[in-house]
Amino acid sequence: MLWGSNARETHPIYFHHVLKGIRNGAPLYVVDPRRTSSAQWADRWLGLDVGTDITLANAIGREILSAGLENRQFIEHATSRFEAYRAAVEPFTLDFAERETGVPREAIRDLAHAYAKAPTAQLCWTLGITEHHKGVDNVLALINLALLTGHVGRYGSGLCPLRGQNNVQGGGDMGALPDRLTGFQHVANDACRAKFEAAWNCKIPPKPGRHISAMFKAMDAGDLKTLYVLGENPVGSEPDTKHVMATMAKLDFLVVQDLFLTQTAEIADVVLPASAGWAESEGTVTSSERKVQRVRRAVAPAPGTRDDMAIVFDLANRLGHDWGDPNSETLWNELRTLSPMHAGMSYERLEALGGIRWPCYDESHPGELFLHGRLWANPRIGPRAPFSVVEPEAPVDYLDDDFPIRLTTGRRLDEYNTGVQTGAYASPLRRQEAVDISPEDAAQYGLQEYEQVRISSRRGSVVAPVRLDPGLRPGLAFMTMHAPDEVNTNELTIEAIDPKSGVSEFKATAIRIDKMVVASAGD
Amino acid sequence: MSDQSLADAPDLTVPVPPGPVPSAPVRERRPEVELSVDGQLVSVPEGSTLLDACRQCEIDTPTLCYVETLTPVNVCRVCVVELEGSRTLVPACSRKAEPGMEIRTDTERVRLSRRMVLEFLASSTDVTQSPELCGYMESYGADPERYGERDAQAESKTQPVKVDNELYVRDYAKCVLCYKCVEACGEDAQNTFAIAVAGRGFDAHIATEFDVSLPESACVYCGNCIGVCPTGALVFKAEHDLRERGEWDASRQESTDTICPYCGVGCTLSVQTQDNQIVKVTSPLDQEVTSGNLCIKGRFGWQFTTGPSETSDDVAADGE
Repeated sequence: MLWGSNARETHPIYFHHVLKGIRNGAPLYVVDPRRTSSAQWADRWLGLDVGTDITLANAIGREILSAGLENRQFIEHATSRFEAYRAAVEPFTLDFAERETGVPREAIRDLAHAYAKAPTAQLCWTLGITEHHKGVDNVLALINLALLTGHVGRYGSGLCPLRGQNNVQGGGDMGALPDRLTGFQHVANDACRAKFEAAWNCKIPPKPGRHISAMFKAMDAGDLKTLYVLGENPVGSEPDTKHVMATMAKLDFLVVQDLFLTQTAEIADVVLPASAGWAESEGTVTSSERKVQRVRRAVAPAPGTRDDMAIVFDLANRLGHDWGDPNSETLWNELRTLSPMHAGMSYERLEALGGIRWPCYDESHPGELFLHGRLWANPRIGPRAPFSVVEPEAPVDYLDDDFPIRLTTGRRLDEYNTGVQTGAYASPLRRQEAVDISPEDAAQYGLQEYEQVRISSRRGSVVAPVRLDPGLRPGLAFMTMHAPDEVNTNELTIEAIDPKSGVSEFKATAIRIDKMVVASAGD
Repeated sequence: MSDQSLADAPDLTVPVPPGPVPSAPVRERRPEVELSVDGQLVSVPEGSTLLDACRQCEIDTPTLCYVETLTPVNVCRVCVVELEGSRTLVPACSRKAEPGMEIRTDTERVRLSRRMVLEFLASSTDVTQSPELCGYMESYGADPERYGERDAQAESKTQPVKVDNELYVRDYAKCVLCYKCVEACGEDAQNTFAIAVAGRGFDAHIATEFDVSLPESACVYCGNCIGVCPTGALVFKAEHDLRERGEWDASRQESTDTICPYCGVGCTLSVQTQDNQIVKVTSPLDQEVTSGNLCIKGRFGWQFTTGPSETSDDVAADGE
C-alpha cells in the first residue's frame, strides 16, 4: 500500500522493486488525491480529498474490526490502548468515510479486507502523509492499521516512510534532531548525556532544542539572532516566502554553507562555499532502509570550496576547540563508541558488506533486516506498542467562495526540491512550471491549456500557465516548488505547522485561479 | 485528544531493548543437477542454465544478448553449445541444465557457429566500441572482411547518429539487435515501454513508437537501456561528445563507487572520471538496490558537481 506517495517518480528505483512485486502477483493499493503515475500501476486507486487521511484510516480500521479481521493474538500480546482505539473509530462508518473522503465505500471496504487478509503487507508513505498540520497524527493513524493487523515486525510486513533525501535518515541518526543525541539517544536521559559529556568534555543542555518551524517562530520573536544554515535553502523551501524573508531579515547574523549561492545564501552575511558531499568528500549516508553506505571522493573539490567537515572543524578551532584533523573515518569511529546502534559498523565492514542496516551492535552483528521483531518475541521484549486515538481535522487553509480550489504540491521525476542541484542538467523532460488542473475545472473556468493565469491564495499570488492533467479530480490543482525563480509556489503555501513535527502544511492550500486581464489594443 | 492518547505511551527517553536479530525466511535449497561439460562432471542447483554450469567450470563462454538482470531472449546465438542428442546447437544462456546432459563447448561445430555469428554481426554493424566483442572475434578467428566490399557500405552501418536530446545519443550503426535495451525499458526493469523492435528481417531495428524522436516518445531518460547496451550504440551524450572530439581516453579514467545525492533509496553510483571531471555515471549490476538500474537524476543529474566555475555561475545567475 502506497499512501501519499508517488514513488514511481520520486523513488524510481524503489518502485522497480514494487514493479517486481506487481509482476509476481502482489496487489498494489495507492491512496492519493491525484491519480499519479504510481496509481496507474495500482490494482486500486483510492482518490481521497486532501487532508482526509485520518478519516480514511479510521474507517479502514473500523471495517477491519467490524469484519472481525483484526489480529487478536498480536493485539493482546504486543499492543496497548486497543479498547480506546476501538471506541474512537466506531463512528467512522463506510458511509461517513465515503461522504468525508470522497472515496467510494466499496473501495474502502476492499482495501480494509485486502490489507487485513494479506499474509504480508507493506504500508509505505511519503510527504503526502507528513506535510500536513496533522502530519504526525496521519502517521499514527497508519501505524494503528499495522498494529491492528500485525503487519509490523515480520519479514515482508512493515511500515516504511520513503525518505526524500539521500541522507535525511542519516541526519536524524546522527542527532540532527531537537531532542536527540547521536543514535536517537534522548537528551533528557541523564545517563546518555553523561556518556557524551565525558567523551566531548563539555556540558550538554538537557532541554530539547528547536525544530525548523520553531526556529522561525523564535526568529520572529527576536529570541534567535544568529543562524548557521548548512546545505539547506529555506528561502526557497519554506512556505509563505514573503513571511520567511521578513523573518530572516530580523537576524543579526546569517551564515550559509552551501554548494551554490542559493536564494538563502544571497541574503547571508557570510557564505562558506562547500564541496559536494556525494562525490567530493568521504563519509557515509543512511538510506530509507536504514542502510549505512559509504560515499567516496571521485573528484577533487571545485576550487575555493571545502569539505563540510573541514569547514566545521575550522570553525570549532576558531571558537577555541581543537578537534584535530578532519578525517571521516576517525570521526566515524568516535561515533561508534557513542552510538550503540552503529557500534559494529567499521569502515572495513561497510566496505565488505556494501552497507549495513542499523542497529548493528557489534562487529559480529549482521545489521537488522527489519525493526520491531521484539513485539513478536515470546515473552515480548520491551514496552507494548500503543494504539493512538487520532481525530481528523480539516486543513487550516479552508476552502470558500473566494478560494474554492484545493492546491496540493509535489515533485516530478526529473527535478529535485527547489532545483538547486537539478537546475544544472539539461533534462529533456523539463517543462515550464505550471498549475495542473483537471479538464473539468478548465471547462468550468473557461481556461485553455497553456493559457497564463493568476493563481492566488490568502497570502500571495503567482502567474503560471495552465496544464491539464486528467489524473486530477475537479477542485484539485497541483504545482511543484522546483523552479522558485520561475514560479514561486511557496508564495501561495501556508505556514500552518504541525506542532509535533514542525512540518508545514505544503499539501493543502486554498487557491483561486483568475484569467489574466486581456491587454487592450493600445497597450 | 491524540496528545492524551500518548499519555501511557512508552517513555521515549528510555532506549528500547534490542530484540532478536531478524532474518529472512530460509529458502529451501534447490536439489543439485549433475551434468558433464567438456567431459568434466559438474553439479549445479536445479533451474540453473548451461551458461551457469559453464561458468562454474570456468569455461569462457561469449554472450551478447544475455545479462544476469534480464530475461534471456536467445537472439544472438553466440553462446551456443553442443548438447549430446540434440539435432541443433543450444543457447547456453537459456537452456536449463538437466541431469545427465553432456555438453561440449569447444568443438569445431561450436567454434564455427560462434565465428560465423560474430562475422555476420561485424559485417553489418560497427562493433569497434565493444572491446569484449572484438576480443571474442579475435579468439574465434572471425573475419568479417571475407564477405566482401559491401560490408563497409552496409546500410545499417552508414546510418546517421541520432542526437535529439542533451542526455544520450543513439548510434544504430553500432546496434546488433540484442534486445537488451528493449528488455530494460520494458518488463525486466523500467516498465516504460518506450522502445521496441520494429520491422522484420533486414528492416528490423530498435524504434520508439512510430519512430518519433526521444523527446516526443514515452522515454523517461532513466538510461537503463544504455546501462545494458553491449556495443556503444546507446551512449551518454557526454561520452559521445568526448569521443567525437577525440578526447575520450579510457587510460586516464578512474571509477569510484559512491551513493546518489538525490532521494533516500541509496543507489550506488559508479562515478567514472577523466582528469578530475565526471564523464559517466553507472551502477553495478550486482548491486542489491539497483541491479544496475538508475533514474534520470541519478544517471544524468551530476552536472552540478562538474565544471568548477561554469555550473556554479549558471546557477547563481538563475538566482538573480
